[in-house]
Amino acid sequence: MPFEALVAGCLAYVALMFGVAFAADRAAARGRVRWLDHPAVYTLSLSVYCSAWTFYGAVGYASRSGLEFATIYLGPTIVFTGAWWGLRRLVRVARMHHVTSIADLISARFGKSNRLAAFVTLIAVIAATPYVALQLQSVSLSFDVFATDSLTDIPMAGGGGTALWVAGGLALFTILFGTRNLAADERHHGVVTAIALEAIVKLMAFLALGVFVVWGLADGPADMLARIAERAGDPGWILKPDRWTALLFVSGAAIVALPRMFQVLVVEAADEDRLSTAGWAFPAYLFAMSLFVLPIAVMGQELLPVDANPDLYVLTLPAQSGQNWLAFLVFLGGFSAATSMVVVCTIALATMISNHWLMPLWLMLRRKPQGDDPEDLRGFVLNARRLAILAVMAVGWLYYQATGGTTALAAMGLVAFTGMAQVLPAMIGGLLWRGANRRGAFGGVGLGFALWLATIFLPSVGIGSPLPVPPGVDPLAFAIFLSLTVNTLAFIGLSIFGMPDPVERLQGLSFVSAVDPVRHSRVARGSDQVEPLLVMARRVWGAEDALRFFQSEAAFQGKSGYLPDLTPRFLTRLERRLAGSIGAATAHAMIDSVAGGSELTVSDLMQVATEAQRAKEETQRLENATTELARTARQLQEANDKLTALSVQKDAFLGQISHELRTPMTSVRAFSEILRTPDLSDADRDRFAKIIYDEAGRLTRLLDDLLDLSVLESGQAQLSITPANLHDLIERALSAASATRPERVFRVEREPLAEYVGIITDADRLLQVLINVITNARKYCDAEPPILSIRVRRTLRGGAQIDIIDNGSGIETARQSLIFEKFARLNDPARAGGAGLGLAICKEIMANLGGEITYLPGQGGAAFRILLPRRPPVPVNAGLRRA
Amino acid sequence: MLDILMIEDEPNIAEAVRFILTREGWQVGLHSDGLGGIEAIRGTKPRLVILDVMLPHRSGTEILAELRGDHDPGLAATPVLMLTARGQASLHLPQADAVLAKPFANDDLRAMVRRMLN
Repeated sequence: MPFEALVAGCLAYVALMFGVAFAADRAAARGRVRWLDHPAVYTLSLSVYCSAWTFYGAVGYASRSGLEFATIYLGPTIVFTGAWWGLRRLVRVARMHHVTSIADLISARFGKSNRLAAFVTLIAVIAATPYVALQLQSVSLSFDVFATDSLTDIPMAGGGGTALWVAGGLALFTILFGTRNLAADERHHGVVTAIALEAIVKLMAFLALGVFVVWGLADGPADMLARIAERAGDPGWILKPDRWTALLFVSGAAIVALPRMFQVLVVEAADEDRLSTAGWAFPAYLFAMSLFVLPIAVMGQELLPVDANPDLYVLTLPAQSGQNWLAFLVFLGGFSAATSMVVVCTIALATMISNHWLMPLWLMLRRKPQGDDPEDLRGFVLNARRLAILAVMAVGWLYYQATGGTTALAAMGLVAFTGMAQVLPAMIGGLLWRGANRRGAFGGVGLGFALWLATIFLPSVGIGSPLPVPPGVDPLAFAIFLSLTVNTLAFIGLSIFGMPDPVERLQGLSFVSAVDPVRHSRVARGSDQVEPLLVMARRVWGAEDALRFFQSEAAFQGKSGYLPDLTPRFLTRLERRLAGSIGAATAHAMIDSVAGGSELTVSDLMQVATEAQRAKEETQRLENATTELARTARQLQEANDKLTALSVQKDAFLGQISHELRTPMTSVRAFSEILRTPDLSDADRDRFAKIIYDEAGRLTRLLDDLLDLSVLESGQAQLSITPANLHDLIERALSAASATRPERVFRVEREPLAEYVGIITDADRLLQVLINVITNARKYCDAEPPILSIRVRRTLRGGAQIDIIDNGSGIETARQSLIFEKFARLNDPARAGGAGLGLAICKEIMANLGGEITYLPGQGGAAFRILLPRRPPVPVNAGLRRA
Repeated sequence: MLDILMIEDEPNIAEAVRFILTREGWQVGLHSDGLGGIEAIRGTKPRLVILDVMLPHRSGTEILAELRGDHDPGLAATPVLMLTARGQASLHLPQADAVLAKPFANDDLRAMVRRMLN
C-alpha cells in the first residue's frame, strides 16, 4: 500500500473522529443524551484500557513470555467480576462527591487536602508521561512499517516528524473536545463517543487479523493449537507464580487507579447502574481482544525472520502476506488504541494539573478581597487546562525524542501500572475504613512512591540498578511486592496512631457509609451572605449557570428569586457542584473564604454524626414528608413576611399619596397667592409662574402614573401589539434616558449583533420599561466612571431576555424584594422628581406583556432582567367581552 | 443673628416660605437635608425653627427629639413650627410648639410665625 494512501486514509479516519466528537457534543448540548448515556457506549469507552501497548505489545509479549501476557487482561476481568460491588460503590461515592480525578478522590476523602491531591497528581504525571511517549512511538513505528519495505531494518525512532504531527493533532482534538466548557459535571460526551467508536475499530481489526491468521495462514483451530503446543516448551514460556501474582494484582489495580481509567470508569459515568452492563461486557471485550494473541505470536515466529520486531507482528504479518487492506485496518486499530489512550490520559492529567497545581497556586498568589472581584475564574481554569494539555503532550513528545530508539519505552506500560498502584491502598482503605486518615495516606503513598521510584521507575529509564534479589525471585515481582507492602503497612500504621481532623471525619463517614456528605456550618442564617457565594459561583460557571443553580436551590426551599437560605444542605450541594468543576479541596477553600469558614469543634462533630446517623435510619418516605413540610413552612414564612411588609406599606400608601399630592400643591398655592401681591418685579413674577407651571406638571404626572398603575393592575390595559426590534427600542430608550442627569457620562457596553432580536409585543410599553430601568441606573449608579451594560439573549422558547446592569453599589439584599412595590422609594436624596412608582409600573407592564422583570443579585451593581415571551398572551377576558 | 431657620428639602416650598417671611422683615436661613439639621440649629441659634417632617436621611421628628434633649436649656427650648404633608392625621406632634399642614394659606403662616416670635 502506498505511503500516501495510508496518510490519506489516516487523515480521513481522523476527520471522522472529529466529526463524531463534534456531533456527540452538539447532541449533548441539545439535551439528547439518551443514546450517549447508553451502557454500551460506557462499556466501549472503558476499552481505553487497551492502549497501543496492549494492541501491539501483547503479541510481542506473548512471543517472548507465552501466556504471561494474559495477566494484563485477567487482572481487570477479576476486578470486574469479583469486585463488581466495590466498583459500584466507588462510582457511587465519587459521583456523590462530584469527584473529578483520582487525585481529587483521595484529597476529598482525606479532609479535602490539596497537598495530597497535588502529590497524587505528581505521581500520575511521572508515571503517565513515558506512557504517552510510548503511544507516540507506536504510531510513529507503525507508520514506518509502511514507509519501508524491509522487515528487519525498521528504525526504532522514525524521526520526530510523525510523532510531532500526531502529538499536535491529538493536542488539538483534546483541547477542542476536552475543554469546551467547564461543566459542573466533568463529562465529555464528544470524547467518550469518539473513543467508543475507536474501541469498535480496535476490536474489529484485531479479530479480523486473528481470523486471517487461524484460517488463512494456519489450517483452522486444530492446526493452530498444535503449533502453539509445539512452542509451549520454550524457556520463556514457563509460568512463574510470583510474577503472575504480582502482574495480576497490578493490572487489577490499574483498571481503577490509572488516571485515564478513573476518568472513563468513574468521572464519565452517569451513575453506578452503567456497571451492571459493563460488569460482564467489558471482560467479554477483553476476552475477545486476547483470543488471537497467541496464534498471531506463534505464526509470526514461524513465518517472519528471527530478527523481526515481535511488537510489530500484527502489522508485518498481513503486510508480508500481501493483505494490504487488512494491514491498513490493523494500522487503524493500533492508531485508535494509541490516540484514545493519549486523549483520555491527557484530559485526566490536565484536570488534575489545573485543579490541584495551577488553581491553588493562582488563588494563593491573588489573595484579593473576593466580593467585587470581576475576573472570570472560568476562563482561567479552562486556559489552565489547555495549557496543561499542551504541556503533557509536549513533555510526552520530548520524552519520546530523548529516549526513543531504546527499548526502555516498551516496559513503560508496566512501570505506569505499578506507579499508580501505589495510590490503591489509600483509596481502598479510604472507602472501607473510617479510621484511615490523612497522615496514613501521605505516609503510605509517599513511601510507596519513593520505593517505586527507586526500584522500578529509575532502573527502567537506565538510572541506578534494579534491586539485588535472591536468585529464583523475579526482580519486578519483588519490587512490586515490597513497595506495596511497605505502602500498606505505613498507611495502616500511621492511620492507627493519628487522629483525623474534623473535616476528615465527616468525609470519612460519607465515603465509608456512602451517604450524602454533611457540611456543618454556623454561618448566620438569612440571605445576607448568599450573594457573595453567588458572585463566586458566577466566576466559576458563568452568570447563567450560576443563577440557574441558585434559582433551583431557592425553589427547592420554596423561595422565589435567586437567593436561597444558607442551609447546610444548600452549602453542601453548592460545594459539591463546585468541586465537580475545580476539585474538592479548592471548592472547600473558596466557600470557606466567602461564607466565613466555620471552625469545627468536637461537639459540632458529634452533633453532625448523630444527625447523619439518624438521617440514615429514617425511611425515604419520612424524609420526603419532612422536606415537603419544610418547604411548605418556608413558603408560608415567605408569604407571611411579604404580607407583613405589604401591610406596613399599605398603611404608608395613603400617607404617601397624600404627601406626594400635597407637596406640589403647597408650592402652587403659596406662589399663586404671592403672585397676587402688587409690587413684584417682572423677573420674580416670571420665575414664580414657572414654578407653578412645573409643579402642576408634576401633579399631573403623578396622577397619570397612579391611573396607569391601576389600569395595568386591573388587567384592562389596551396593548397595541406590533413586531418590534429590540436594538431600535434600546437605542431609543438610551437616548430618552440621557436627559436624566446629563452631566453623568455613562460608558454603555452593548452587543449590537445580539440585540437584533425581533419580538412581538407592545413596543411603547416595553420602551417605557427600558427607559425607566435605564433612567434609574443614571440616577442611582454611584460608580466612577459609571458603566452600563446591556445584554440581550434569545431564550429557549423564542422569547428574549434583556439584562441591564450598572457598576454602582446595587441594592441591598433586604430591599431587593421591595423595590417593585408601590412607593417603595429608597431613602435617597437623588430621588427628587420620582414618586417611587416607576418600577411598580414596570412590573405591571411586564406582567401584562406576559413577561417579567426581576432584580438579579450578585452582578456587581444594580442589575435588572427583563424576560419577554415570543408573543404576549391573549387576555383571558378578551373573548368574554366580545361575546 | 437669624430669626428663623428653615429645614425643608423641597426647593420650591423653601423658596415660597422664605419669600413670604423675608418680606415681613425677618432673617431666614435654610438647610435642605435631614442630615446635619441639628448642627445647623446649634450653629445658627435661631429664634424659631421651621421643620419639615419628611426629610431625606433623617426625619423632622427625630431632629425635634434631639433638639429637645439638648444639654443647652436655651437651645432645647427653641420654638419649633412643624410642616407636614401627611394631612390631619399627623398634626399631633406633642414636642412641637405648632404644626402647619401643607398646603397652607400664606396668611396663616405669617400669623403663626409672628405669634411664635413674639
